[in-house]
Amino acid sequence: MEAMERQIRLTVNGQEHELTIRDNTLLLWLLRDDLKLVGTREGCGTGVCGACTVLLDGRPVNSCLTLAAQAAGHHVTTIEGLATNGRLHPVQEAYIEERGFQCAFCTSGFIMMTKALLDEIPNPSEEEVREYLSENICRCAGYPDILRAVQNASRKLAARGR
Amino acid sequence: MADGRKQEFAVVGKSVPRVDGPPKVTGTPIYTVDMERPGMLHAAILRSTVPHGRIRRVDKSRAEQAEGVVLVVTGEDLKTMPGIDPYFGPAFRDQAILAIDKVRYIGDPIAAVVATRRELAYEALDLIDVEYEELPPVLDPVEAARPGSPLVHEQLRPAKAFADLAEIEPGKATNVCYHFKLRRGDVEQGFAQSAHVFEDWYYSPPAQHMMMEPHAALAWVDSDGVLTVITGSQSPSYVKGSLGAIFGLPQNKVRVMVPLVGGAYGGKLYDKLEPLASLLTFMARRPVKIQLTREEVFITITKHGVVSHVRTGVSQDGKILARKVEVYWDTGAYADIAPRVVHKSGYTSAGAYRVPNIWIDSYCVYTNKPPAGAFRGFGVPQVVWALESQMDMIAEKLGRDPLQFRLENVLLEGDLFATGTPVHSAGLKESLEAVAREIKWEPGVRKAVKPGTKSGVARAKGVACGIKAVITPSISGAIVVMNNDASVNVLTSTVEMGQGSDTALSQIAAEELGVRLQDVRVMHPDTAVTPYDTITAGSRSTYHMGNAIRLAAQEVKRQLFETASDRLEVDPDQLVARDGRIFVAEAPTRGLPIPEVFQARFGARGATLQGQAVFKTYAAPMDHETGQSEKVTEYWFPGATAAEVEVDLETGKVRVVKLVEACDVGRAINPHHCEQQIIGSALISLGQTLFEQMILENGELLNPTLLDYKVLTLKDVPESAVPIVIEVPHKDGPFGAKGVGETGTLSVSAAIGNAVYRATGVRVKELPITPEKVLRGLRAGQ
Repeated sequence: MEAMERQIRLTVNGQEHELTIRDNTLLLWLLRDDLKLVGTREGCGTGVCGACTVLLDGRPVNSCLTLAAQAAGHHVTTIEGLATNGRLHPVQEAYIEERGFQCAFCTSGFIMMTKALLDEIPNPSEEEVREYLSENICRCAGYPDILRAVQNASRKLAARGR
Repeated sequence: MADGRKQEFAVVGKSVPRVDGPPKVTGTPIYTVDMERPGMLHAAILRSTVPHGRIRRVDKSRAEQAEGVVLVVTGEDLKTMPGIDPYFGPAFRDQAILAIDKVRYIGDPIAAVVATRRELAYEALDLIDVEYEELPPVLDPVEAARPGSPLVHEQLRPAKAFADLAEIEPGKATNVCYHFKLRRGDVEQGFAQSAHVFEDWYYSPPAQHMMMEPHAALAWVDSDGVLTVITGSQSPSYVKGSLGAIFGLPQNKVRVMVPLVGGAYGGKLYDKLEPLASLLTFMARRPVKIQLTREEVFITITKHGVVSHVRTGVSQDGKILARKVEVYWDTGAYADIAPRVVHKSGYTSAGAYRVPNIWIDSYCVYTNKPPAGAFRGFGVPQVVWALESQMDMIAEKLGRDPLQFRLENVLLEGDLFATGTPVHSAGLKESLEAVAREIKWEPGVRKAVKPGTKSGVARAKGVACGIKAVITPSISGAIVVMNNDASVNVLTSTVEMGQGSDTALSQIAAEELGVRLQDVRVMHPDTAVTPYDTITAGSRSTYHMGNAIRLAAQEVKRQLFETASDRLEVDPDQLVARDGRIFVAEAPTRGLPIPEVFQARFGARGATLQGQAVFKTYAAPMDHETGQSEKVTEYWFPGATAAEVEVDLETGKVRVVKLVEACDVGRAINPHHCEQQIIGSALISLGQTLFEQMILENGELLNPTLLDYKVLTLKDVPESAVPIVIEVPHKDGPFGAKGVGETGTLSVSAAIGNAVYRATGVRVKELPITPEKVLRGLRAGQ
């Protein structure tokens, strides 16, 4: 039953960390329990709800399905790493302006997914937004506001020349 | 305050931004699952693998030796603990902290492991051996209600926790834990006079709240011996009382705190993990946290599966003459709040129409399945599904337009509800007309596809409406504290779980005190300092807590005016509070900024003024045999839905192209947030209409993960989803407001079902409306 331990190095939100982990430690647990970055939420533990979405070298992953060891040597970005110098990221601003959240337990995941989407497709069609964000669940069903938040964020980023 | 619309408000009625915005987009630790205490341990729960059985033996010795395990507790241990009454429940004290002697569903908690890490606690569960003597399970609510059925509970103890449930008494030797009756007029004579009588069975399956934040609780005993629990609960005041009863503690030695909650929808009411977390912290003498896995959340509490039989008699000219309704509520192994669900949905089971002769029997039935309780809509959507499906069947038979048929029969101001209660502020007609306008309703009878059409799509629109009553009586207390800089703390036990209560209640306080929105902070529940509130549920907080805050703020204002009137040498009743100043209404330049009023009154930095109020509603006692009451509820919240669907005739798949939901909110304190509630609840209901259902076989849930239980995502949202705020102000509401959290759930399923019928001629009576059922119907019609 006892899991093996190993040492890993990884970069989280620009900061390097060296940690001893159990082999079965998930990236989600490493972020929440070891680094106390609890903005990444656990909703389902099976990679369906998207609340635990983080960026691994810029690509969105479910941190509940990613072993911490898989992140060794890579760059992880979490919701806590989006604001710079105390200033919210345009995607965060857009979610506030459009009220793209209610209980907000899904919001970190939606915002990370939105960032990934807009990095990949700066000016997505509504269809593309619906498809891309269908990996995330909002049980308050604030979807119309979320859709507007993504479109708003896209405009904001374009206006700032990214 | 009969019609607030004529008045000018500074903050109320405006779509101000959410006050809880910034922490919610930055990942700040705000939920129970994020909370920690030094020395904290983690617990995991071992659950029954049989639906019904006696516990012969639980061997925990191997688990006790496992890595990181601090202690293991079983129901057997509970029996010998002095000073603990291990049973809880808001209606009946029927549930033990850990199963004692008997298990009643697959998932019933049997033992708990406390360990240094969460994963170690879960790993140790495999080392506990349980031997059962299996008993025959009861799985069907209609069969379970029959005499002679095996009993889930041998005896029941009423909990006496709420005034509206004070008179509930269980029957003897039956699984029917509550039977609601309503008798009005002479139903048999009504049927005899009817030109047509309709009789149908309908089914609405059990479903999952699927709140994103799982249930969690963190408990510890502080240095003064105060049991302290942080929990994502919708009912902190109740939990305080319940923990006091279980552990024999004075109420000032139980402290329940609720931070922001990551969604609840009725699934986080009453006792959930709090009793077990408290027990374990007493035993371990260290803080203990429990957080459920998603699979555990699925079987902790559910939406009732409901079987309804509806019999309706109508005259040839389209008047409803008689309605007899029989409803079976599958409440699973523990009653939770089901008797209230059955009571409140019971008396609305004749629908939103004028019906002179009514007979309702509504049965709350135990089975060996996961417990069912409150779910956004509180049972009314399941009943409306049946009633409003049948309304379209009646309209068709009479050759009437379904919208017109409804408008002719719908309850209007002053009409008597089924309970004999006059209806006030119930914008049913307004809601129906609004959705019809928005969807561009085309009057007429249905246009079904031609028989034999096997491909292409069929399009049609459907409509439905529903009405729900707020829980009455109930109580909300509030304390408003104004600081000497005019900033305000509002002490309330209302739980912010996403609905926007922090914002709406701030708006109400700011409006009443004449300060800016950003001057107000609504404090989150901490039962050591925040007053009693019945629950945050049932669309009651804006009205009840809004009124309490308003009254408490008026008391603060009275004291401000008292001092200001001395200074300004005018009568207090000539003063108004606005823009942070107290001034003479007729001469606005004669006034004082609030800090100067404080200076005059106290001359002390940091001084405060307090106002407190308890807002309590009353119901006229209901006759037990007839369900009649002059005043059954404080207010009604009606809503209507129009849906346009596209049905793929080859696959049977239904796509909702447009969804319009109109709800009478009384008055919108924050219109945008009302729209969010309206369309959010309508969209969740859309998911429950088309695909959501918990599938059980022999009491075992076959789809306990999100991989198998499909919920609505952005891809399923109709191209057009339109919320409409209807305002028919309530005479006693704060600024005319009522509630809106659930209204959008009521009639969505029926509107979609009616649209599917009008498109295809297929009448689905069992939710969800899956492609398989539609296709089967299409084939049968060919």
